[in-house]
Amino acid sequence: MSFRALIVALSALVAALFLAALLVGPAGLAPGESLGALVTGQGDAAALVMREIRLPRAILAVLVGASLGLSGAALQGYLRNPLAEPGLIGVSASAALGAVIALQTGLAAAHALALPGLALAGALVAVLLLLVLAGPRGGAFTLILAGIALSSLAGALTALVLNLSPNPYAAADIVFWMMGSLADRSFTHVWLALPLTLLGWLLIAGLGRGLDALTLGEDAAEALGIRLSRLRLALVLGVAASVGAGVAVAGAIGFVGLIVPHLLRPLVGARPGRLLLASALGGAALLLASDLAVRLILPDRDLKLGVLTAILGAPLFFHLIYKTRREAGV
Amino acid sequence: MTGLILSHLSVHRGPCPVVDDVSADLRPGEFVGLIGPNGAGKTTLMRAALGLIRHRGTSSLARLSAADRARTAAWLPQMREIAWPVSVETLVGLGRTPHLRPGQRMGAADRAAIADALGRMDLAGFEHRRATALSGGEQARVLIARAVAQEAPVLIADEPIAGLDPAHQITTMRLFAGLATEGRLVVAALHDLGLAARFCTRLLVLHRGRLEEDGPPGEVLTAPTLARVFGLRAYLADTPEGPIVQPVEVVT
Repeated sequence: MSFRALIVALSALVAALFLAALLVGPAGLAPGESLGALVTGQGDAAALVMREIRLPRAILAVLVGASLGLSGAALQGYLRNPLAEPGLIGVSASAALGAVIALQTGLAAAHALALPGLALAGALVAVLLLLVLAGPRGGAFTLILAGIALSSLAGALTALVLNLSPNPYAAADIVFWMMGSLADRSFTHVWLALPLTLLGWLLIAGLGRGLDALTLGEDAAEALGIRLSRLRLALVLGVAASVGAGVAVAGAIGFVGLIVPHLLRPLVGARPGRLLLASALGGAALLLASDLAVRLILPDRDLKLGVLTAILGAPLFFHLIYKTRREAGV
Repeated sequence: MTGLILSHLSVHRGPCPVVDDVSADLRPGEFVGLIGPNGAGKTTLMRAALGLIRHRGTSSLARLSAADRARTAAWLPQMREIAWPVSVETLVGLGRTPHLRPGQRMGAADRAAIADALGRMDLAGFEHRRATALSGGEQARVLIARAVAQEAPVLIADEPIAGLDPAHQITTMRLFAGLATEGRLVVAALHDLGLAARFCTRLLVLHRGRLEEDGPPGEVLTAPTLARVFGLRAYLADTPEGPIVQPVEVVT
């Protein structure tokens, strides 16, 4: 399949799933009625459901999914390691820590924007620490080390907050929030996440050629005219902005950024630059599909999106191990 | 055409000089062999000359902007890294990176350069093979083809023929000599003194970071130099087939 055909196919898939996301829900509206209400704004209840519940939820699935797919592909390309994922640089864990503090202190209940706001603050602090720790000229290895250090610290502090939580309800809130979900989000969340997400995409989108050149290693890429320190800065800021915004509005959703680049890599001839766009579309499609599945499988139980992506993702990994072993002949 | 002028080039790691005050004027049309024992500073010298690491003194290449340098000099590192299972054609095409503006697609000239490089490295028919599935020697040739496809007036290669079979060692050395004849400057770090003597037009001998000798192979590869720098006794002969340098014994 040519690259263009793949992009067209993935775009069509995203469009179809987006439409499905608008049509499926507990309100049980007829497809014609719901789309009519969405466009015209007529029919009070239907228009409310469509415009205030389903549309922002579908848009957020596209934003968060594409950010995860794009960031995963970019990080894997930069680190030349298929196991890299957006959480690796510690931004997700730090954003989650910010959100957990908002939940624990009751700020989240007092003000709707406190939780995503503190999550974004957590992501920002993580980026600044990451850049200080990894230095301006360091290579991929120092970035991994700094990311792991930050992730562990943020994870430990999150556990500490849970540990010391005097209120079991707050603890339960925290645990459920950390599973990741797109339920009950509004356009407020979309407007909060959109600018940072787009900024992140923009920063990462220009890295294709540099990531391609990195196939030859850091030294060869630099000699090909790629400015690695600038590339790394754009990558870190891009991942932090898009994934940080995603965690702020949806919680930590795992496996999408890991598995989507993996699945699509053979279809783009393994070229890291081409994988960026394909992975962004694939991530959006996977998150839309997962969010649909969440609503269809257990409509009454509020199955968490992050739980589902992990349950879907882990077996794919098993398959990958099997395939790798078969190719290696062991 | 462009050469490479090094002036008092030094690289320090901590207080120790790894490359110590090297000056040389390398001209277009020369095939320069950089020889010296392990740890003599060959790789460091080449990376400093390219401006990839901090150094004192000047190198004409290191003063260029990153983009201009990439169009002027191709660098073939010792570490043969192919991170992803891309096609041979794609990998060799990476050599065209410096010639493309942001967003620009490859044109006829780029494709011709790739085909030419593949042909020169005896890789015609490999275009659509996965680069990671090739043998080590074949991967080495693909990476050389990548550097050749860059079509830069200067080619700097770190142990390019290590791990190649004897026939491909000779074809690669002949290719480099041919590129020099076309008016390019080729600088290659080499361990095979025999091939260096036969194909290079000039040898630089590096020992403990210092440039010990600089001249045509016949003047540089003498018994005293081989003993002092390499700790070697060698069979040296001038034959109708060209000079023969065959190390025979270690001297202490």
